[in-house]
Amino acid sequence: MTETALYGLCAAGLVGLGLFGLIVQPHPLRKILAFNLIGSGVFLLFGVVARRGAAAGLGGDPVPQALVITGLVVAFAATALAVALLLRLFQETGRTTLRSDG
Amino acid sequence: MAFDIVLVLLVIGVAVWTIAARDTFAAVIGFVALGLLLTLVWVRLAAPDVALTESALGSGLTGGLLLGASARLACSEATASDEEPGAILQLIAAVLCALMSAGLVALVLLLPQPAPTLAPQAVANIAATGLGNPVTAVLMAYRAIDTLLEVVVLLLALVGIWSLAPDRVWGGLPGPRRHADPNGLLTFIAQLLVPIGILVGIYIFWVGSVAPGGEFQGATILAAMWVLASMAGLVDAPSVSGRRLRLMLAVGPAVFFAIGLTGFATAGAFLAYPEAHAKALILTIEVPLTLSIAATLALLVAGPPERASGR
Repeated sequence: MTETALYGLCAAGLVGLGLFGLIVQPHPLRKILAFNLIGSGVFLLFGVVARRGAAAGLGGDPVPQALVITGLVVAFAATALAVALLLRLFQETGRTTLRSDG
Repeated sequence: MAFDIVLVLLVIGVAVWTIAARDTFAAVIGFVALGLLLTLVWVRLAAPDVALTESALGSGLTGGLLLGASARLACSEATASDEEPGAILQLIAAVLCALMSAGLVALVLLLPQPAPTLAPQAVANIAATGLGNPVTAVLMAYRAIDTLLEVVVLLLALVGIWSLAPDRVWGGLPGPRRHADPNGLLTFIAQLLVPIGILVGIYIFWVGSVAPGGEFQGATILAAMWVLASMAGLVDAPSVSGRRLRLMLAVGPAVFFAIGLTGFATAGAFLAYPEAHAKALILTIEVPLTLSIAATLALLVAGPPERASGR
């Protein structure tokens, strides 16, 4: 197996772990954390695809690499918004539950 | 190869810790460590530009944001733990997630050979942009529209966060007021690190046209320096309704959009640059854009207004 494929397996593992956390963890902050883990895995898959596209003297295809940079910035903005929503929910209700009947 | 195997095992191990740790604070620490390990992975994948972004933004700024939130929510953890799903449900979720991972593994192993790539095209046309770093060329020239929309997304996220402010502090100052402790360690670190960090941030931005770096990486470091100074109480957050602040946030996207529009007249398309002035135009966009991104990222970390402004 090549090194690139190895990192591909790592990316698949991160997505699976993050998805599991997103489903099982009850605390919203843990869900945000798990969601970021899924994101890291998806970005890493992009990195693997970019590395496989190494050509013309470059170590990787610059287009997926630039897409990952864009993705990281947008993921940060989404995380910041999610955290702000959660803190406001806590401030308003004193709880962080996502249950509708609570 | 041995190094890569150890690195992958470490990444998976820390990721398991991030999910399995009982304490949210410990999980966030795990996430920050994971970001630093992923930085190494990006270097191994020959993507130094992404490595810089991952360490500064994915690990640093996101980590700081989540650490702050976990400290404020520490007392809500006990109530959340009785909502944990039962063992059978957890098992079903684990099996389904493992299936998902297996599917992705199959995808990775079945990727087409030879791999499709745009690298030759990116290199062949780079002379027309006047840049030396192909990733910056993609961000600022080939796919400039993505970058323009991305900065707009950042601003929209900030508008979303500001609109969460309660009525009585609407348009006020974000975060609690922190007072500098003249003998404190944090004050000392902030005084020592912020000037160096600002220099590093500007350098990373400037060198991005020819080497790994660029406006997002530089702006993230600048934003982190502001966050550090404000945590130490050396600077206070500005009122979010201030005119100068709003101008600072909007100038980057506005200049980007304006130069993009002139592309219709000078090069025949939106966001196209005439070849003779491409580098100068890209720099004209990048300088205000870096300022705006840095301010936006810093305010995204600062959160919604919590204090009324003095007016």
